[in-house]
Amino acid sequence: MKNNILHKADSRFVADHGWLKSAQTFSFHDHYDPQRIRFGALRVLNDDIVNGGKGFGRHPHDNMEIISIPLEGTLEHQDSMGNVAVINPGEIQAMSAGTGIYHTEFNKDPAESVTFLQIWLYPNKLNVTPRYDQLDYSKGDRHNKFLQILSPEPSDEGVWIQQQAWFHMGEFDKDFETYYSLKQAGNGLYVFVIKGSVTVNGQALEQRDGYGLWPDSDVKIAAADDAQVLLMEVPEEW
Amino acid sequence: MADVNILVLADHAEILETIIRLINKNEGWRGTGVAGYDQAEEALKTNKFDLVLLGVGVDDEAEARILRLCESIAPQTVCMRHYGGGSGLLSSEIQHALAQR
Repeated sequence: MKNNILHKADSRFVADHGWLKSAQTFSFHDHYDPQRIRFGALRVLNDDIVNGGKGFGRHPHDNMEIISIPLEGTLEHQDSMGNVAVINPGEIQAMSAGTGIYHTEFNKDPAESVTFLQIWLYPNKLNVTPRYDQLDYSKGDRHNKFLQILSPEPSDEGVWIQQQAWFHMGEFDKDFETYYSLKQAGNGLYVFVIKGSVTVNGQALEQRDGYGLWPDSDVKIAAADDAQVLLMEVPEEW
Repeated sequence: MADVNILVLADHAEILETIIRLINKNEGWRGTGVAGYDQAEEALKTNKFDLVLLGVGVDDEAEARILRLCESIAPQTVCMRHYGGGSGLLSSEIQHALAQR
């Protein structure tokens, strides 16, 4: 049986580049911790704050599934496929980098910072044609329930990526309890608390804590306070 | 002489250039880029590498050929796939691979 893993918010590595403050759950850039490499296919979980008028200049990626979820503020995306898009809170952006893509992510607001989650998953297929997808899930019902915002299937709810992974977002009232059933047996579930506090199978989690588990039955999630939670179901191998 | 010699195989000129530039920013690391199996074979026969990174464009068949090549002529060399294309993963990937030696 695989071990569950708790990543407290204050145990994350914080990179401060002036224009960018990045709280990184897993090893990234100059930060290397052999105990913090990945959770299954989940390789990057960066909680980024980009100052007003700043952003990530043109840079490449390949063979990685890259998901951005703005929490506050607005990001402008441009890429080498000709996509130009703005993403706001309540939206999710997914890129399959495949055979290679260049992109920029920029905070066009000169005054306000943008906070967003930058999430990377290993793909289950190499060297695919790059693609970009974006979805407004803000009107989807996620009050006291989990709304699916990402899946492996183009015909399923949410954006789709090149991996057997499912993401759900939920906003819960204090004391509300619910359960999550894995979409695929054997997968892992990584719970990230965006706001508030919850318990997951009895494990207490505070804001920005992460908890990875390998459940063999439904996972109980109970809101200890009003809470916003992102669930990331990912395979261990692919 | 560099402490760590890294051969990078990738079929995307700009990304390969980026990866090599990022590797060479690190003191003690030296990157050499090649674009295909034949170039990789030549490099492995004429130089000693600590690590081979298999990047974009290297499919499963090409990866298997490179692994066989390394086993036969450079068994001390660690071969691993590089994901992300010179992204924020590169440095920790290399450190992780070197730690496995």
